[in-house]
Amino acid sequence: MNQQQQSLEELRHIKQMMERSSRFISLSGLSGIAAGTVAIVGALLGAKMISDYTRNTSISYDTLVTELIVIAVTVVILALSSGFAFTYLRSKKTGVSIWGTTTYRLVINLAIPLVAGGFLLLRLIQLQYVSLVAPGCLLFYGLALVNASKYTLGEVRYLGYCELILAVINLWVPAHGLIFWTTGFGLLHIIYGIIMWRKYERVTF
Amino acid sequence: MSNLIENLNKTFDSRVRIGIMSALMVNEEVNFNTLKELIEVTDGNLASHLKALEDLKFVTVKKSFIGRKTNTSYRLTKAGEKAFKKHIEALEKIIKNIS
Repeated sequence: MNQQQQSLEELRHIKQMMERSSRFISLSGLSGIAAGTVAIVGALLGAKMISDYTRNTSISYDTLVTELIVIAVTVVILALSSGFAFTYLRSKKTGVSIWGTTTYRLVINLAIPLVAGGFLLLRLIQLQYVSLVAPGCLLFYGLALVNASKYTLGEVRYLGYCELILAVINLWVPAHGLIFWTTGFGLLHIIYGIIMWRKYERVTF
Repeated sequence: MSNLIENLNKTFDSRVRIGIMSALMVNEEVNFNTLKELIEVTDGNLASHLKALEDLKFVTVKKSFIGRKTNTSYRLTKAGEKAFKKHIEALEKIIKNIS
């Protein structure tokens, strides 16, 4: 190996060490695909309930909202746990520990915009500004991703931008919230997951 | 070409030391076990390289207690940061020299 190749190799090593020590890189593309699939199933169930509600006058608004919240919470739990499972498997394979400073920083930076936004969404539901809920979810999720992208794979930032664009468009077509929600949390996650999986995981070892 | 190589810092002639310096460049503080996991070396090997960097005043050590366990963490000094940046620049110059 000549001096130039050696230097290049050394710089690559430096970059890798910097990234591994500051970013959570075990995030699996399969996690995105799983979360996206769960979101689509949840959205279909939600759509069915809303159409039942509009056709059947005996269902009260409060019942609908409660049912939708139950679905939403279930979706979040399933998406997070399936997402966690694939990422955990990947970290086993690559031998990178899943618990560490990088994980902590990623979770905190994701959580801050999500929790703050969660309160706003809760209040919007209480005040019956329901049409703002879907764009609100997308908006705060997009901000959370952009914020957290410094602590994980950089591509997460672009997923965040896409969610933000969807959110802003959705603000002016509030009647189609569910479609935007399904695109943002379902379709985009699946596309992102496939791209990441092909880029980083398909040809490991 | 030969004077370009002379710009490289001999201190960073080991993968372990490069690992330590890289991690400390992007993190304010890193503890011993994190470094060990990151660089994948034995305790003794890592400790001796850290000691060498400490003697050169490139890193500082801070010992504290988490419960009853000691936690040893490391930080980069201004001198260490400067030296490592110069080393990276020297590497870049060597590569750019190809074309």
